[in-house]
Amino acid sequence: MLKIILRHVSLLILTLFILSFFSFSLAYLFPGDPLVNLTGIRDSSEQGYAILAQQYAMQDSFLSQYWQYVNHLFSGNWGLSFSSGLPLAEEISRSLAASVELSAYALIVSFVVGLPLGFLAGLRHHKLTDFALLTTSVIGYSIPVFWAALIAILIFSIQLGWFPLSGRISLLYDVPYQTGFILIDILLSDLPDKEFAFKDALRHLVLPSVSIAIVTCTIVMRITRRSVVEVMSSEYIQAAYARGLSPRQVFLRHGVKNALIPILPLLVMQFTTLLTNAMIVETIFSWPGIGNGLIQAIYQRDFPAIRAGMLAVSALVLTFTITIDMVIQIFDPAGRRPENATS
Amino acid sequence: MNYAWLPSSTVMFVSMFVTISLTLIGCSPESSEYQHPNGIIYCSEGNPVSFNPQLDTSGTTVDVSSHQIYDRLLDFDLVTGEIISGLASSWMTSVDGLTYTFQLRKDIAFHSTGYFTPTRSFDADDVVFSFNRWRDKNHPYHDVSGGRYPYINSVGLGDLISDIKRINRYRVEITLVRPESSFLANLATDFSIILSAEYAEKLAAAGTPDLIDTHPVGTGPFKFNSFRQDRYVRFDAHPKYWRERSTTQQLIFDITPSSSLRLAKLMTGECDSMAFPTHSQLDIIRKRKELTLDEKPGLNVGFWAFNTTRPPFDKPEVRRALAMAIDKNALMEAIYFGSAIPATSIIPPSSWAFQPDTRSSTFNPLAAAKLLRENGVEEGFSMTIWAMPVERAYNPNAMKMAELMQRYLRNVGIDANIVSYEWSTFRARLNQGLHDSVLIGWSADNGDPDNFFRPLLTCSAIDSGTNRARWCSKEYDKLIDQALNYTAQEDRAYFYSKAIELINEQMPLMPIAHAFRYQAYRDNVTGIEINPYGGIQFRNVSKQ
Repeated sequence: MLKIILRHVSLLILTLFILSFFSFSLAYLFPGDPLVNLTGIRDSSEQGYAILAQQYAMQDSFLSQYWQYVNHLFSGNWGLSFSSGLPLAEEISRSLAASVELSAYALIVSFVVGLPLGFLAGLRHHKLTDFALLTTSVIGYSIPVFWAALIAILIFSIQLGWFPLSGRISLLYDVPYQTGFILIDILLSDLPDKEFAFKDALRHLVLPSVSIAIVTCTIVMRITRRSVVEVMSSEYIQAAYARGLSPRQVFLRHGVKNALIPILPLLVMQFTTLLTNAMIVETIFSWPGIGNGLIQAIYQRDFPAIRAGMLAVSALVLTFTITIDMVIQIFDPAGRRPENATS
Repeated sequence: MNYAWLPSSTVMFVSMFVTISLTLIGCSPESSEYQHPNGIIYCSEGNPVSFNPQLDTSGTTVDVSSHQIYDRLLDFDLVTGEIISGLASSWMTSVDGLTYTFQLRKDIAFHSTGYFTPTRSFDADDVVFSFNRWRDKNHPYHDVSGGRYPYINSVGLGDLISDIKRINRYRVEITLVRPESSFLANLATDFSIILSAEYAEKLAAAGTPDLIDTHPVGTGPFKFNSFRQDRYVRFDAHPKYWRERSTTQQLIFDITPSSSLRLAKLMTGECDSMAFPTHSQLDIIRKRKELTLDEKPGLNVGFWAFNTTRPPFDKPEVRRALAMAIDKNALMEAIYFGSAIPATSIIPPSSWAFQPDTRSSTFNPLAAAKLLRENGVEEGFSMTIWAMPVERAYNPNAMKMAELMQRYLRNVGIDANIVSYEWSTFRARLNQGLHDSVLIGWSADNGDPDNFFRPLLTCSAIDSGTNRARWCSKEYDKLIDQALNYTAQEDRAYFYSKAIELINEQMPLMPIAHAFRYQAYRDNVTGIEINPYGGIQFRNVSKQ
């Protein structure tokens, strides 16, 4: 186990190191002065510039400049945004929290819907229900996420007026920032109308999280279905029937657990796909997440924000992926995982 | 295998139920118990540059700051356009027109915010501080936040005032260098706001004078709460506001640059009112039951200015011939969709200086071609029309207008090329005089006609970048200056009519249209009035 942990931690450190180096060299690849690209501070006086240049070791070798940069990253000094002039560390941690929140809720929706439907399809293997669900899942899987989001807005926001189409909560609620997760922040706050604020935030969550969840839900369903089919046709299930257990007993005692074990890690891995989809959906729903932030930064040629945003997202995805992989290997060394998600 | 114990429909229903209940938790739209907190959300079009309109003339900054946070000594009556009292309860003018004495209101409270608690109410010190900040180059606050005061400089207000004196706590005396009848109107514009001298002192002592423009304190109906770039500006009601105001507890500017998103949010009720509906959206808004669209003639003019410093546009005959070559009525239909009236002069009909019997250029391509040939402009002559890349009330689509004009000019043997750049580059190059002609316009900041005549065509306005024709006529300047020597409207109107005649004869620019101004809001919102003189006002706005 120690070996697994060591291997993963060293992989993580190495990849993060490469990432940070790439992010650092972007300051030189983007047009303009590298120091300005690194710090985001334009219009500084000559003296101010000299102090900054010293802080970032601009006169020294490339490597020591990089070392300074990493030091600044760890001390939370990520530079300033060109467009807003605000510190990027705070801006990005806020927006990253919003993206993670959206992805997490979408993941929950995908599980709650996808798992039961997957079991149903698996148990009704090659029957009408199975075919119907498979067809639905193909349709769901084929719809581009931005299209689903736009259609959802058109129908549920503009025509029916059921859900709002932008933001995380009505701006009339001034929820103090604490964790970055709006629902938790509402619960922690001392707003007088907490209950309404909570409902309002939920209403804002529905369309974006469902739009993202459509694709993941179909993936979850298909993985589950395949696993159930495999498990239910395995020898120990046949043996259980031979022992005279009823189908219900067989399924509940042996089927569910054995079908879930190999697929759960794979399902958790869907989080990164979700995060990518969430970044697309954010721009459509004006969700103040990292995807929306990055698009704005690209529009405004805000190089420090682009650089820091990319670094934050890729570091998050990497850390998440490697950690999950490590946990899976520790708890399931045999690696009983279906390799193909869509059979 | 037998799965009869697993009724498929039950499982499906269970999973569907879970899904639907999860997604619909809390979505009991508009149920009787569901109520938002008291507040107005206005979907605005962009980020303010500052929270002090003294520093920036852009409409976005003015909308956010001028009438929400601050008050002025004087105000305009939105209906009649007359100058009415503001923080000054009354004022007197000396016989020679050089000295103005303002009596200030008592017990007017400044905002008490998280970052400042005032210890005294508004008085003469605040007026002296606010005016000296832009007037006196040696004032400690003059250079704070860049030290540029674009509106005040463009109308020469700083140079006009020779002295400001505090007579007593509630009386201020302003002495002018020369009499000028537009002085009071300039004090009532969005830019002549009153800041808190006490707050400025506190900030100066703390070494953070810049905060005066980013964390503002004023006497206006709303006090600043917070601003997040690209997201929102949040205001709370000022509980001790001196005038009557609505019971709205919050005012929020939801920053939404896309006009289609603004409209969508207005439809879903996420905004109570939206900024700048586009002309193509007007019909959609009119058709929706829950939305209201107000329209009012705007104090603006869209025009085609010729660069009179470049031959052959330095000849008035050529300029008149070009104006004759264009069918203004066709432009009205194609560009404004009936949301504007054709302009005969630079002055809109709602101004008292408007001359109803002004003869404007008539569409006559044959005469135009003849006049052009007579003045040495041969068939195949090539010129540029610069078209704004952005939408403005006075010209919603300059590119399309330029394309239409291109065709008319071709009929008189002129080959017109359309030029456009990104907006800030466009203005910078225009200031260098690189254009042959340009489609642009002007929106008034106050009800005084001087606000059209002076910035658009006087010699001094060439340098400040508002005289796009770069036209300089001593005779015209004299007329405009003379008009200000008189206070009676009839006297001033005489000089303005002469000025209009001169413009028509010399044609440095061809006036095209005076466009309407629009305000779209939900029908449960009351008290929104279109302000013809600039920024939006939310003092009386409330929601049922």
